[in-house]
Amino acid sequence: MYDIEEYYNAGTIKEAVSLLKEHPEARIISGGSDVLIKIREGKMAGTSLVCIRDIKELKGVKKMDSGDIYIGAGTTFSHITEDPVIRENIPVLGEAVDQVGGPQIRNIGTIGGNICNGAVSADSAPALFSLNALLRTADGSGGRTVPVHDFYLGPGKVDIKPGEILTHIVIPEKEYAGCQGHYIKYSMRRAMDIATLSCCVVSRINREKNILEDIRITFGVAAPVPFRCTGTEEAVKGAAVNEALYQAVEEKVREEIHPRDSWRASREFRLQIGGEIARRALIRTVEMAAGGDRR
Amino acid sequence: MIGKSVPRVDAYEKVTGRAKFTDDLILDKCLVAKVYHATIGNGIVKSIDTSRAEALDGVVKVVTFKDVPDHCYPTPGHPWSVEPAHQDVADRNILTGRIRYYGDDIAAVVAEDEVTASRALKLIKVEYEEYPVEIHPRKSMYGSHPPIHFDKKDNVLNRTNFFIGNVDQGLEQSDTVVKRSYKTPMVQHCHLENPVSFAYMEKDRVVVVTSTQIPHIVRRVIGQALGIPWGRVRVIKPYIGGGFGNKQDVLYEPLNAFLTMQVGGRPVKLELSREETFCNTRTRHSIEYDLTAGVDKEGRLLAKDMMAYSNQGAYASHGHAIAANGLTAWRLQYACPNIRGEAYTIYTNTPVGGAMRAYGIPEAAFAIECFMDDIAAEIHMDPLEFRRKNLIKGYYEDAYLKPIAANTNGIFECLEKGAEYIRWEEKRKKYASQTGSVRRGVGMALFSYKTGVWPISLEIAGARMSLNQDGSVQLQLGATEIGQGADTVFTQMAAETLHMGMEDIHIVTVQDTDVTPFDTGAYASRQSFITGTAVKQCAEELLGKILSYAKTLLPEEETRELSLDHGWIYAGDEQAISLEALAQECYYSLTNSSVITAEVSTQVKKNTIATGCCFAEVEVDLKLGTIKILDIINVHDSGKLLNPQLAEMQVHGGMSMGMGYGLSEQLILDEKTGRPLNGNLLDYKLMTALDTPDMKAEFVELNDPMGPYGNKALGEPPAIPGAPAIRNAVLHATGVAFNEIPLTPQRLIEGFTKAGLIGKEGKQHV
Repeated sequence: MYDIEEYYNAGTIKEAVSLLKEHPEARIISGGSDVLIKIREGKMAGTSLVCIRDIKELKGVKKMDSGDIYIGAGTTFSHITEDPVIRENIPVLGEAVDQVGGPQIRNIGTIGGNICNGAVSADSAPALFSLNALLRTADGSGGRTVPVHDFYLGPGKVDIKPGEILTHIVIPEKEYAGCQGHYIKYSMRRAMDIATLSCCVVSRINREKNILEDIRITFGVAAPVPFRCTGTEEAVKGAAVNEALYQAVEEKVREEIHPRDSWRASREFRLQIGGEIARRALIRTVEMAAGGDRR
Repeated sequence: MIGKSVPRVDAYEKVTGRAKFTDDLILDKCLVAKVYHATIGNGIVKSIDTSRAEALDGVVKVVTFKDVPDHCYPTPGHPWSVEPAHQDVADRNILTGRIRYYGDDIAAVVAEDEVTASRALKLIKVEYEEYPVEIHPRKSMYGSHPPIHFDKKDNVLNRTNFFIGNVDQGLEQSDTVVKRSYKTPMVQHCHLENPVSFAYMEKDRVVVVTSTQIPHIVRRVIGQALGIPWGRVRVIKPYIGGGFGNKQDVLYEPLNAFLTMQVGGRPVKLELSREETFCNTRTRHSIEYDLTAGVDKEGRLLAKDMMAYSNQGAYASHGHAIAANGLTAWRLQYACPNIRGEAYTIYTNTPVGGAMRAYGIPEAAFAIECFMDDIAAEIHMDPLEFRRKNLIKGYYEDAYLKPIAANTNGIFECLEKGAEYIRWEEKRKKYASQTGSVRRGVGMALFSYKTGVWPISLEIAGARMSLNQDGSVQLQLGATEIGQGADTVFTQMAAETLHMGMEDIHIVTVQDTDVTPFDTGAYASRQSFITGTAVKQCAEELLGKILSYAKTLLPEEETRELSLDHGWIYAGDEQAISLEALAQECYYSLTNSSVITAEVSTQVKKNTIATGCCFAEVEVDLKLGTIKILDIINVHDSGKLLNPQLAEMQVHGGMSMGMGYGLSEQLILDEKTGRPLNGNLLDYKLMTALDTPDMKAEFVELNDPMGPYGNKALGEPPAIPGAPAIRNAVLHATGVAFNEIPLTPQRLIEGFTKAGLIGKEGKQHV
């Protein structure tokens, strides 16, 4: 039995926005896999809810004429993993969200909810950061476009204003074309777990010259919010692809990330793992580029 | 029927959802109770204000520690003892104002629904006076002011020791002396169904329907806790979703009984959350061991010494019995002329240690079996060869507790099967000197395990059978089905002895202390052995009565050599009368009707030792701190298997528990408050299906003369040898000896870094 005060079900984005304005104390619920847990824990007990789960316009993935990829905020993880547009163009995102919780969670949890929950361990976040995703919101007066990097304000805190909802995510074509991506979730279990540390590497390799043309490295759980290793990226861009590059990435990310010391894992431990998974993720993207194998 | 893989008698009920569990039976208009838990780890309640909670709409009653009976009661699922010296420690109240651990029970709310009860809890205001919190037994044992329990000034609940031979002399004569320390974690049972009960009153009696392994003991303890005659308590146990020992303890049933009495006998439900289950029920004790042993030039054990420090937590529960069981194991199985053991069980401000599958032996076996590998490494001997050299072949008996003995002993056959399966010789050589950051190893561990609790405690079981009008038989037992398949093997036993089909034995699965024969319940791997003895005796008695009655129905010349076989009474080889016809006569004969029933209450003064081993092959990723189990096998000598398929499933479940114990499970406590930091199923790393490798189970079937059907303990033993086998495999793979479980990635990374296998100094090795 959940302690919920009032429950409003929105059928359209417009309706959702007006319900939120009418009931400023209400929280948004979509799949509920984060919100219901908070209610059960007592953190959000007695809250009112505006449900956006039935809003059809929030669901689905498409490739737009511009080549950019559109992902509705209400699209479930399992939908994203199975979607042909994702598999063809940005398989790393589908693979990342396929590591969320278990099958039941992935069938109900949405990518918009994953982002708006603001957890640093969100499995979609490192891939979206490394793909320079743009987030679109609606607020009844045109809405805003926010780069995902700017959206995370702090632990559990995102840039969503009262009466505003996240409607969709855009991955611009220039951010994924010719790139390979790989996501490593380091967790204590192979299912039903959150990341102790996670890393997504998106790279573009010039195979003829054997040069790393572009690289974007993002960590989950290495700082209060998902963390791009821009220092490391800048230092290794243009480098030859070889063991020295891997070594450099491993060492530099260890210097750049700031993981916490907690009972879940020590800082020293996370630094060891961080270097190692960044190296392994990069190597994997190099192998994918060489084999033409995106997986 | 014995030895056949017949399907579980409750399989269809359970997979179709038709089986009734406690929560399926909740009565209409049942009130809901919730417990107010302390938010400090040690201290007293200075004041409590429940007025706002009481004023909340929908709240029926609020009770605090001031309202409950002020005498203490014991909680463990042990048979009661008529000798005061052997009675369990009574150190609990239903609610308390003396807080001994974070989460201790101060008050309870009864409300019309769950949300109201939760909201009412938040309105209770408590002021505390805090005392320092101590969660480490080896610090707590020097006492605290005030002590955790007033009658144990040094916080030591109990201490026992034993001597065989002269250990000091043995160590002096040894060529090599090895000393090591080991530590096991506090873990939780994680049964699927959280503890749940509901209680109501009938006339002047209180009825409690509860998810328990031990209904007759729950009845007694409710009587003791409430200070009411035991006959006024009725406990009903429906199907339960697992227990693993946590429900071999009386948990919140006394409070639930108390609460219904406070609200005029209206039904009150009390269901724990998973978080409460972690914090407020029972755990496996964390135990620290200091071991010393001496061996001669040939690698024979000359002397061994064990010191054990068991963290009891805030209340006695099963108490010292756990650590003491480990001391007994230390005496068994390995030949050694000089043995010493000493164990302390110490109160601390942590969640309470209780019974958990294999009762102190996974803890002790971890220490002992790691130690055996470490001694072997010290003297450069293959660890399997070291064990073969020191294990006792054939019969042996415990020096102290008669008649505990290995009446059959299949350990050498078990080792042979395990070694052959894992290809021990080949892989020990192959993995001997690896380089690189991914390495493999094989390891093994073994154990011995008693069957039931005699002579430490009473063993008694009851069985009742009655012949139905159609010639089928009703079977009623006080022993409980807790998911392990007890109902199925008892049905097989009855069918075997009565020469009947499974379909003609109707077992009553629900225990109701008003009508169920007395039996102490499911624990100690006892039921197939102890209750099995009662079932066999009862079936023999029923069979005798059936044949005697047949004599009255048959002409005299046909009554020689009567027997019963699948629905027919035979006179010699001839079918004389159908069992159905006989049954009809016994019910409805106008001249000679007397329904045929049999009932026994059987005390069993036997015990026999089961044994077995685990062999594991692992792959260790040094830089990621991960262990992958490539292959794992348990081989068990549990006597004759009653149902091979059930036995295999039983072993798989235990192996899973053993792997979790070795690799990932631990309840982590806050140093300052003793609060569990990871008391939920996200942060407590119980293995999932994806983390679980394929498991292999094999058996050595010796016919044990003590078992009613040649059987001995199997319920708990599968959980024992996995953790040390995996640890020993990691030792083989990496050369690093980890002396504390679980082998979490962080612990591995720290160990490998310290050993120079990874990190800056380690680079040349990889």
